[in-house]
Amino acid sequence: MLNGFDLQVVINALPYLFMTGMAFTLTLTAFATLAGIAFGTLLAMMRLSRHRALAYMAAGYVNLLRSLPLVLVIFWFYFLVPYLAQWAMGASRPVRVDPFWSSVITFTLFEACYFCEIIRAGIQSLPKGQLLASQALGMHGGQSMLYVVLPQALRNMLPLMLTQTIILFQDTSLVYVLSITDFLGATAKVAQRDGRLLEMYIFAALVYFVISLLASHAARRLQRRVAIIR
Amino acid sequence: MSYNWNWSIFFEPSLDGTHTYLTTLLWGAGWTLATAFAAFAIALSLGSVVGVARTAPQAWVRALSTCFVEVLRNVPLLVQMFLWYFVLPELLPDELGTWLKQLPDAQFYTAVVCLGCYHAARMAEVVRAGLQSLPGGQRMAGQALGLNLAQTYRYVLLPMAYRIVVPAITSEFLSCTKNTSVALAIGLMELTGSARAMQENSFQIFEAFSAATTLYLALNLIIIFAMRRVERLAVVPGYGTPQKAA
Repeated sequence: MLNGFDLQVVINALPYLFMTGMAFTLTLTAFATLAGIAFGTLLAMMRLSRHRALAYMAAGYVNLLRSLPLVLVIFWFYFLVPYLAQWAMGASRPVRVDPFWSSVITFTLFEACYFCEIIRAGIQSLPKGQLLASQALGMHGGQSMLYVVLPQALRNMLPLMLTQTIILFQDTSLVYVLSITDFLGATAKVAQRDGRLLEMYIFAALVYFVISLLASHAARRLQRRVAIIR
Repeated sequence: MSYNWNWSIFFEPSLDGTHTYLTTLLWGAGWTLATAFAAFAIALSLGSVVGVARTAPQAWVRALSTCFVEVLRNVPLLVQMFLWYFVLPELLPDELGTWLKQLPDAQFYTAVVCLGCYHAARMAEVVRAGLQSLPGGQRMAGQALGLNLAQTYRYVLLPMAYRIVVPAITSEFLSCTKNTSVALAIGLMELTGSARAMQENSFQIFEAFSAATTLYLALNLIIIFAMRRVERLAVVPGYGTPQKAA
């Protein structure tokens, strides 16, 4: 029951939880978001491209990964990346990859699909006249993308991207299945070492809750500020 | 690649001695479906109640339901799973906690309840969006006809709202099916879990995960085809084109 709640256990574990666990979670989130947006933009460009083959390839990739559970994708890449690295570097045996970079690769490739759909929707939601106007001004494809379409589309989808980053932040907890020490992994290790599941898991939930809640409030404020008034 | 492919592994007996690996994978798919259906039944009913509460005229009802949604949406699913599985029995009175821990298939029930509540929070947002997309005149017209609040929801607002949000319900159900895989962390032998077990016991990593991938794709396709039929039946004639949830 709650009267047995031992706050001291949590306090003692704080440095480890945040310096090791949360640091891993946050750097993973940051790397995967940036790389995911970059790769997602590329995928979105491919999906909207005039070349059928490119569009089909990107659509196939996005739809495949979006219909698989993240846990399965994490397992896939965890085992696949060493073989891919071996193939890329011409090594004689599968290369040992640091769990952190393995996770970064996994989350980048997975979340890029979701970013791709956000970006594609953002580009498609612009009035057609914008593109036509830029062409009437004599811009070629790349220019109208760079100077007319993307600046407006990016602004429109900024709040959605932040929301997706919050989801990514929560999803990183799934690296637990590979026994990696992210924030949840660190909590679970302390919980099992000290036999204090109750305190540790409630504390973990609280930390995730506060961070996500603050971030989603920020996303909502951002939405009001960046909205383009037409 | 230096990897020994062995596709016939599926027909070899698994570690339990009686079934082949293929059978254990199919059992896994069965657990995945059972969990997804049971959880989604909870999500749909609880989510509707909370979604209606989010649009209720009473401020305290709205506040309470907002809390429910915010808490369940801002804590990662895996953490919620641990809370239901490890922490809940500790919080309950001793006999009840022990009974809960010793329940056969405790992982299954925990996963169902946890996923049910998690997706209920998300369904609530879907139902709320449907209700709020209706013109305000609908509610007023219901009240002008002398219906009370419950009747207005029952006969006017909800029938329209549900039909508008069917596509969003489809994608919720798909994500519910995928999220069952998180339950492997508390030991439920669903599809990803059984593929993982097969990989650990047979060392045929890529065969195991390929099979799981194929089964997930098949499940997805079946659900999408079934729901397309529902969507066609549910579409409101003349009510614009239903917006697909992003």
